[in-house]
Amino acid sequence: MRIPCPFCGDRDLREFHVMGGAEWLARPAPNAGAAAWDAYLHQRANPAGRTRELWLHEAGCGAWLMVERDTVTHAVHAVVPARGAAS
Amino acid sequence: MRYSGWQLLRQAFQGNRGWKAHWRRPDPRPEYDVVIVGGGGHGLATAYYLARQHDVGRIAVLEKGALGLGNVGRNTTVVRSTYMLPGNGAFYSFSLGLWKGLAQELNYNVMFSPRGVISLFHSDGQRDAFARMGNAMAIRGDQAVLLGRAELRRLVPWLDYDNTRFPIFGALLQPDAGTARHDAVVWGYARAADRLGVDLIENCEVTGFDIAGGRVCAVETTRGRIAAGRVGIAVAGHSSRLAAMAGFRLPIESHVLQAFVTEGLKPVMDHVISYGMGHFYISQSDKGGLVFGGDLDGYASYAQRGNLPLVEHVMEAGMTLMPMLGRARVLRSWGGVMDMSADGSPIIDRAPVGGLYLNAGWCYGGFKAIPGSGVAFAHLLARDEPHPVAACYRLDRFATGHLIDEEGTGAFHNRH
Repeated sequence: MRIPCPFCGDRDLREFHVMGGAEWLARPAPNAGAAAWDAYLHQRANPAGRTRELWLHEAGCGAWLMVERDTVTHAVHAVVPARGAAS
Repeated sequence: MRYSGWQLLRQAFQGNRGWKAHWRRPDPRPEYDVVIVGGGGHGLATAYYLARQHDVGRIAVLEKGALGLGNVGRNTTVVRSTYMLPGNGAFYSFSLGLWKGLAQELNYNVMFSPRGVISLFHSDGQRDAFARMGNAMAIRGDQAVLLGRAELRRLVPWLDYDNTRFPIFGALLQPDAGTARHDAVVWGYARAADRLGVDLIENCEVTGFDIAGGRVCAVETTRGRIAAGRVGIAVAGHSSRLAAMAGFRLPIESHVLQAFVTEGLKPVMDHVISYGMGHFYISQSDKGGLVFGGDLDGYASYAQRGNLPLVEHVMEAGMTLMPMLGRARVLRSWGGVMDMSADGSPIIDRAPVGGLYLNAGWCYGGFKAIPGSGVAFAHLLARDEPHPVAACYRLDRFATGHLIDEEGTGAFHNRH
């Protein structure tokens, strides 16, 4: 698997660290209640097919990226900087 | 068909042409009292114990492909109960007890081989942690032996004890743990369940649930609608997809785990050995191949194959631990899709939909749990209350904070 970093170009998988689904960006308010925090920390849509995830270009430019990817074929469709990307 | 010495002799004289198929190939009936989705180890064991220990009427197991071609046919077959936390300990101990009598129970040689599982430690701190785990195991009645470096060296002289970065200090040995033949487990449970009247329906994929008034009343499948009084889901790897069909989310992410086998070699390795400083574990199969595995690839995946960086990483871990591995040639590698739960422990509980029950989240540990999970899930399906050994595997434990985080890695699905 290779991921095209918008800053560095096409790079090998081992330069990246995966954080998880784009849900990580939708952090609830500290007082949002147990149900909201349970949903944020534990519950996952876990789709078979297209998904959006946060990846860190750890051994490259260090940017957080929003990667649109297929969990069945491992194809990478789109990579944009996570800053400004919707959760 | 029953197996006996007499049958073997009789078939030998008839050119072995009289053996019959292990199970019938029934068409689905329009209605069952209990439908179990998933014809893997857990689904088949559940069906067997339901038919054997409970009185619930007609039972069907729906399998989207052929029996035994999912994770139960793709794992590294390790059976152990090296767990420390309350909730896990009693369950895996119970399951290991069932393994010991499984061949007799099913009248089928599942080739359970209690060859001993050696978990290596590489520092004083890790020794303390493993001593604590061993004590927890001994207290509940499991066997556990803490081996020093010299004792371990007598058992396995060929490890790299003086590795500069990760020297081997000793190991925790569970002498009565080991491996089993995964396919035989499938065939044994399938045959035994079939003989008790369970319909094993292959090539029958569930495509939806018919839910009325908050209660499931039927499953939609590629072979038509099947009405059901109760439905149990045992499809680890794909639990989230079935949950989505029923309208709820699970604390689960699907990940790919790779495994490897070398060409067949003469006996060289008597135990199951796991590395304490990298996720690497290895044993030798009865055919002679060295079977080993490592860590998850790390990204969410439903593909039954992984990527090359992890292959390289696993080989490096293996070579660090036992340099002789470099002489063996890898025959093949493959991947399986894991239900990774948010705390690394499974779920055996009622689903948020009436009449729907859940057996999910087995992470890497599903194979060893098959008999215990079958008994516990059958109990839950039959009586609508949890089996005592699986009472902690609740679906709501994530919301209430009663997590069973054996590795202590926090709420990250891919780090357990």
